Amino acid sequence: MTGLATAHSVVDPSPLTKRIAATVVIGYALITLVPLLWIFMTGFKSPSDAIAYPPKLVAEPTPEGYCNLFTTRTRQTPEYMAKLPPAASLCDRVSRGRNMVVAGPSNYIPRYINSLVIAFGSTALSVVLGTLAAYAFSRFKVPLKDDLMFFILSTRMMPPIAVAIPIYLMYRELGLSDTRLGMILLYTSVNISLAVWLLKGFMDEIPREYEDAAMVDGYTRLQAFFKVVLPQATTGIVATAIFCLIFAWNEYAFAVLLTSGTAQTAPPFIPIIIGEGGQDWPAVAAGTTLFLIPIVVFTVLLRKHLLRGITFGAVRK
Amino acid sequence: MTDQTGLSGLVDRAALVTPPVVARRMRGLSERAIAWLFITPTMLLLLAINIFPLIWTIRLSFTNYRANRPNATMLDVGLANYQSILTDPDVWAAMTVTARFVFWSILIQTVLGFTLAWLIDKKFRSHGLWTTLILLPMMLSPAVVGNFWTFLYQPQIGLFNYVIAAVTGAPASSFQMLAQVQLAPWAIVIVDTWMWTPYVMLICLAGLRSIPDYIYEAAEVDRASPWRQFWSITLPMALPFIMLAVLFRGIENFKMFDMVNLLTGGGPGSTTEVASITLKREAFEKWRTGYSSAFAIILFVTVFGLANIYVKALNRVKSR
Repeated sequence: MTGLATAHSVVDPSPLTKRIAATVVIGYALITLVPLLWIFMTGFKSPSDAIAYPPKLVAEPTPEGYCNLFTTRTRQTPEYMAKLPPAASLCDRVSRGRNMVVAGPSNYIPRYINSLVIAFGSTALSVVLGTLAAYAFSRFKVPLKDDLMFFILSTRMMPPIAVAIPIYLMYRELGLSDTRLGMILLYTSVNISLAVWLLKGFMDEIPREYEDAAMVDGYTRLQAFFKVVLPQATTGIVATAIFCLIFAWNEYAFAVLLTSGTAQTAPPFIPIIIGEGGQDWPAVAAGTTLFLIPIVVFTVLLRKHLLRGITFGAVRK
Repeated sequence: MTDQTGLSGLVDRAALVTPPVVARRMRGLSERAIAWLFITPTMLLLLAINIFPLIWTIRLSFTNYRANRPNATMLDVGLANYQSILTDPDVWAAMTVTARFVFWSILIQTVLGFTLAWLIDKKFRSHGLWTTLILLPMMLSPAVVGNFWTFLYQPQIGLFNYVIAAVTGAPASSFQMLAQVQLAPWAIVIVDTWMWTPYVMLICLAGLRSIPDYIYEAAEVDRASPWRQFWSITLPMALPFIMLAVLFRGIENFKMFDMVNLLTGGGPGSTTEVASITLKREAFEKWRTGYSSAFAIILFVTVFGLANIYVKALNRVKSR
């Protein structure tokens, strides 16, 4: 069972049962989507519309939230404002309406780039190491194989905060604190258990005969692995990569404890976007929306592999 | 969990069957060399970033070390840290908060998730699309989502209170979801349920799909009522999957940090102070590194112990 939609058969529920089921499920889905929709809409509201009571379902859309997310601004006197040349950008024009001028870019984009570099870096490393280890575990007689596999799985059971203490000390000694490399290695070590277990499941399903045939044709073991097994395992590798990516993209506990500036990712950054007088909700909403979009796209693309991924392949037919 | 027939046996029985070693003329690297070449990098990384720190944590747990004073002399205090943790009422309070949080979230998510899976399994038109939409919350970042829920929970301006007020008729500001002692734990349960019910649903759906149709066909022939079919076929056969979902959610909920840290930070008072929050406070605010290392080890052993007992029960259900 890899897809969500498998062909069922003879015992088909009655049309009435189906209609009731559809109503309840669609109702639940719509309720579930309300907070997400609200985040999206808040990103386009003005700060006053965002905190209006009763909550405004329809509001004049403004780019202010996104401008406040991407720029820092300074308040100026009316005399200063009057002498300014015409606004150069959309955000500058929006800011001037509030007696402010754009002072420079905000930290959101560097944090977003950190998220991208760390997520993709650790994913690439997890998948490469995981593929090699999974192949070895799937095909070769490895001493203590089950113990090693179990050990790999058990590394996921420690609460992140508990691991963070010694990692913090170790990284401080090694100069890896607040570096992208440190975070890549850390996320790889967390993701590798998932990668090995998932990929081993996929590799086990590739018939050994393929490699045997290739070796009869004169390939070495390594050539057979690269030219025969890897292409067969592509789907599994892609699914695994997406799961590693989602984890590394969303991770917060390690990021907030082990990074403070240069290597900070977006999740610890978004909650601390402060405007005048408290949290700037449209800017937070804009930052959240941009941060969620890649994951929403992935979810839709990978829906057929979801099940396999979240259960470590424990659930399958 | 050291039990080899435990989770690993459950997760992948195929792994236990090793192929016969076929005598084969070796070309290039030997199989043994390739196996080690392929496994060693992973093992080295795990040793460096998981095992070495774990051993370090154990070592520190017997000392009075403070990470913000690395040059102070480190004294061996024996079991004093463990003793003071196990007799500290705050620690027991945090464990109680965690246990209650785990219990209620899992109970609600399991009932809701199973019901949804059971309805989706009726295969109404477009069920695939709606299933995908339901899955969205669990793919998002708990921290970012938790942060945004603080906005939805704002007593005066939040959407959540607006809806509750519209339904109950009471003024919106009378529900201080994150500030009222009785409501704050539920505020977290609600967000956790919103986020993770899809996960339980997905595993339950796999369980329901794994039930062969011929069993239902036989039941039809025997004229078993739908009610009877549900209790005698559907539920027992999906039970191992439901239990698996409970196991995975239980481990995750026990470790929970992100969402609580952003929604309430443990407050009001310490009503939502789960174990991870206490641990963070001890380790990174009070800098009692030795003490918090001992706490970390206790938590780790607790998760391992409970998971191990649970997996034994799960295997008994599976082999029935």
